[in-house]
Amino acid sequence: MLLKYIFKRILVMIPTLFVTSVLIFTVINLPEGDYFETMVAEMQAQGEKADMSRVEFLKKEYGFDKPPAERYFWWVTGLLRGDMGYSFEYQLPVRDIVGDRLLLTMIVSFFTIIFTWIVAFPIGIYSATHQYSWGDYGLTFVGMLGLAIPHFLLALIFLYFANIWFGTSIGGLVDPQYLNQPMSWAKFKSVLEHLWIPVIIIGAGGTAGMIRKLRANLLDELQKQYYVTARAKGLPPGKALRKYPLRMALNFFISDIGDILPSIVSGAEIVAIVLSLQTTGPLLIRALQSQDMYLAGSFLMFLSFLTVIGVLISDIALAILDPRIRLQGTATK
Amino acid sequence: MTTPPAPTASDPLPHRWSTAPFEPYAVEKMSPEQERVYLAPQWKLMWWKFRKHRLAVISGIVILLMYLSVAICEFLAPYHYTTRNTDFIRAPRQELRLFHEGSFVGPFVYPYVQRLNMENLKREYDVDETRPQKLRFFCRADTYEFWGFIPGNLHLICPPEGGTLYLLGTDRLGRDMFSRILYGGRISLTIGLLGVSVSFVLGIIIGGIAGYYGGKVDLIVQRIIEIVQSLPHIPLWLALGAIMPPSWSPLLVYFGITVILGLMDWTGLARAVRSKLLALREEDYVVAAQLMGAKPARIIGLHLVPGFMSHLIAAATITIPKTILGETALSFLGLGLRPPITSWGVMLNEAQNINVVALYPWLLYPCVPVIVIILAFNFLGDGLRDAADPYR
Repeated sequence: MLLKYIFKRILVMIPTLFVTSVLIFTVINLPEGDYFETMVAEMQAQGEKADMSRVEFLKKEYGFDKPPAERYFWWVTGLLRGDMGYSFEYQLPVRDIVGDRLLLTMIVSFFTIIFTWIVAFPIGIYSATHQYSWGDYGLTFVGMLGLAIPHFLLALIFLYFANIWFGTSIGGLVDPQYLNQPMSWAKFKSVLEHLWIPVIIIGAGGTAGMIRKLRANLLDELQKQYYVTARAKGLPPGKALRKYPLRMALNFFISDIGDILPSIVSGAEIVAIVLSLQTTGPLLIRALQSQDMYLAGSFLMFLSFLTVIGVLISDIALAILDPRIRLQGTATK
Repeated sequence: MTTPPAPTASDPLPHRWSTAPFEPYAVEKMSPEQERVYLAPQWKLMWWKFRKHRLAVISGIVILLMYLSVAICEFLAPYHYTTRNTDFIRAPRQELRLFHEGSFVGPFVYPYVQRLNMENLKREYDVDETRPQKLRFFCRADTYEFWGFIPGNLHLICPPEGGTLYLLGTDRLGRDMFSRILYGGRISLTIGLLGVSVSFVLGIIIGGIAGYYGGKVDLIVQRIIEIVQSLPHIPLWLALGAIMPPSWSPLLVYFGITVILGLMDWTGLARAVRSKLLALREEDYVVAAQLMGAKPARIIGLHLVPGFMSHLIAAATITIPKTILGETALSFLGLGLRPPITSWGVMLNEAQNINVVALYPWLLYPCVPVIVIILAFNFLGDGLRDAADPYR
């Protein structure tokens, strides 16, 4: 049953990814001109003579003379084969440029979700069980602040205070000596040391949102009759809470990952730019500015893929947790 | 047989009936208070409910004040936003004081004396505490064009004669941060409203079609909404921002940005419209309109939308801060508005470099209004959402 559900769920993913890829390809191709025209214009502006025959050759080589539909086809089939295209600016296959950065983006996103869970869960429970207490008010207010302060401002403020209080820069994701080295245990440890700051910054908004929702959800559950009955039978509050309402709330807790994941990925990108992390963010923005379309497109596609996979995992986890979803194939909330 | 004596008025049977004058509507009659509630139009009910939400009311006032101040920012700002003073580049903020050497003078500032630190070539500003310079009010200073077409030069506060008034410091070109924040608010705040109106229109049309037709159309629209929502917004915004050719005029870029922001944010509204429509389209008055031959667009627009407009407005209020944030983020990264236009995001763009921020922290001041307006809109939206549901 579970396998069937997972299978169905993966099938649904295919049209989603297809539409996403069409969307991204359109967006990437919307700007007037292409990378070569930008390049030629730049060279001419600098007084150099552009080698037009070489440009023509390159254009042909990368299929720029073909209609968009055909280019799209080659791009997507390339992606399926793991070939992410060729970056014109770096003169390297996209895969060689982004490999490490994609991994780091995934690490940052993963730890941010873990952070969100670890922080939001106890605070949400506390807020709900101590409704209208000072602690609840205080935490709600902090939560609102976390929602209101945009990621990049929070990053700036962090940078600023780290600078005046500790005199250090907290930018970067690894120690400089590991910058251009392949992934190793030492590098991984260095990443972990630097990770907590971006994770806190990126996770702040999602955590705040999750606390609010968990609190509202749990408050609803606490009023239901089964909980009242459990308490009336003489179950101690802690046990009654753990055994019933919390399990209901847990459901939403996992499914909500689908909602906050896009914002985590978004936030990760923009925070990465401010903190100059070696993730996809800074490279993406550079690629967009110079119309390095395969690089930008593959990035965007990868980020969307990441969110889609994240939602898939959360759906499967939900199905394992909740028999109703397994059996009916739909979420009943 | 004797007939029982007919009951007379003087001798009623006490247990049979009451002689009190009978008022047939007594049960249905309402106390004036109840009447007030039951006869109140919907907007009044909403207002009563809304009024109880203290934080939302305060937020509403804050928002009104902010919009009012950006509407007349030419008058409020001591300087024009392009006025440069090359003698005071990156000057820190001047404190507004009231007492000079223990005696009350009224609002004044101490002038700055600039000197160049020859060691690190940094401009340093010393406060000259001997010469208080009184501020002027309702005075003539920098000329401006009010709303772009009425020339004027009247200001609420002006710098003192021969002095300067940099309440929040100056930027790298010697422009007054305070004035620029006021002017920037005009762009940042209106772009929020415009962007939301774009998503509002999109949301009503798309959600309306899905909700009205239901079935397959609904299914497709639902999928599209899910897909758009699952995309990471900011990278896509960046990509869309990069589309605009650099040759565009600032005004065109401004409208381009509003459309871009609206393009991604309509999904929440479309969902709200759809679910409401699905519930409402079964109502008798819709069937009646259909039987009379009304077209779908007319039924949706004239009969259905007014029924849940209040809901929609509440939902839109919650999306405004997202749009404002989107603009700020885009401009901050240099892919949104570009310098001749001043918005909070454009101003923060200068603060992108941590070394600059560490030396001149006042460049971060535009954060403050951004955070305030976002908080205020969130609270207001919460209050409106509760109020739009008066029977809850």
